[in-house]
Amino acid sequence: MKYVDEYRDGALAKGLLRAIARAVRADRSYAFMEFCGGHTHAIARHGIIDVLPQNLRMIHGPGCPVCVLPMGRLDAAMALARDPAVTLCTYADLMRVPGSHGETLIRAKADGADVRMIYSPLDALGLAEANPERQVVFLAIGFETTTPPTAAVVKAAEAKDLRNFSVFCNHVLTPMAMRAILEAPAHGEEAGPRLDGLVGPSHVSTIIGTDPYRPFPERYGVPVVVAGFEPVDILHAILMLVRQVNDDRAEVENQYVRAVTAEGNRIAQALMAEVFEHRESFEWRGLGTLPDSALRLRPRFARFDAERRFDMSSSGGRDHPGCACGAVLRGRLEPWECKLFGRVCTPDTPIGACMVSSEGACAAAWLHGSRSHSPDVPEEVSHV
Amino acid sequence: MCLGIPGQVVEITDAASMMGMVDVSGVRRAVNLACVAGDGPLEEVIGHWVLVHVGFAMSRIDPEEAAATLKALEDLGEAMAEIEAIRGADRMMEGETP
Repeated sequence: MKYVDEYRDGALAKGLLRAIARAVRADRSYAFMEFCGGHTHAIARHGIIDVLPQNLRMIHGPGCPVCVLPMGRLDAAMALARDPAVTLCTYADLMRVPGSHGETLIRAKADGADVRMIYSPLDALGLAEANPERQVVFLAIGFETTTPPTAAVVKAAEAKDLRNFSVFCNHVLTPMAMRAILEAPAHGEEAGPRLDGLVGPSHVSTIIGTDPYRPFPERYGVPVVVAGFEPVDILHAILMLVRQVNDDRAEVENQYVRAVTAEGNRIAQALMAEVFEHRESFEWRGLGTLPDSALRLRPRFARFDAERRFDMSSSGGRDHPGCACGAVLRGRLEPWECKLFGRVCTPDTPIGACMVSSEGACAAAWLHGSRSHSPDVPEEVSHV
Repeated sequence: MCLGIPGQVVEITDAASMMGMVDVSGVRRAVNLACVAGDGPLEEVIGHWVLVHVGFAMSRIDPEEAAATLKALEDLGEAMAEIEAIRGADRMMEGETP
């Protein structure tokens, strides 16, 4: 496939690996975080961890929208799905995430709830138009990449004056989560890892551009390199980060120049700004309550806001006591350091969200394995 | 969810609702083009490569930048191979077996 295959080229990857091996200094270590779950998945899938120098470590970030959705919001969605008047639509990733009592949307569906897995928010809009007697709710999640499409369907619903369509908005903002990671204390319960650099997200950056990352090098001295999703892109970004660290530079650099600009997609930004406003604060699984880190519908679109249309008082649900998703999302623990990993928590029987989503760090570690696997994971469960 | 897929815009099907067809790996899909539209008529995006997410084209792919990145990486690969060859030759001169 054009614009994919070229960036999976073995010869290019080998050249980059040689360049990285030559660039890393033997007298220090390098710890880089890939913020985005898509990168986590690509790094695991293409075995990148296994071919990097031993003193270069990639730490998984919280950029998995399903993983950071707190239990209370999930429970609220589950309760909504059980409302006989409601057709609840959402992306595939959310269907199998367990709520407080192990319940999932897919289980609710099996029990008779009208839950629909959709590919595009346009599908939810179509369902509302085709079924005027149903209350169609789009359970919207995602970072800035999936936000403009949600904005577009809310505007379309307004234009069509749809009375039976609403959005349960859980859209979150990348820069605030990055800031939370960089501001995490070095020690204690809420500690974060030591970071020498950040691999910035690919497609979030097509929307917001690279400018929003500029405070990070300036304020925290941490370089940011925005990278594409293919293995050659990721290796290229790692080389760029190693060079910045060696040169004692901290800048925002753009490896993904074929799709990302400094200012981002102005049309998409305008669409988001028209439909959404910032929430004062929002709870993130693993990162806690972060100010100014999520979006809700503006008052003009209040009638399409599921949180206003339905009684959705949060239950304040709790994570499984043994689940280490929070520490994994903060980059504090590797997936296999969780005592549930590979024993009771697998993609077939997930306990935590990080094992469900294809972008989750635990699912990536389980499916693709790596040299860093704990040796005490029983052989029969360490491979799929 | 954030993993977009590249495709080429092949047809505008409904300019009023910004819909068109995008060829993704030989499969034609109805995609909303609002976020990649220029100031002119929507037909202008036909032929362009875009990244498609959840039924929406979210950004254009710049073919010149794509080619420049690949060229730079090819050059880097060649330079690295050359350096390795020189180092290999040096080791041979010093009497090591390669």
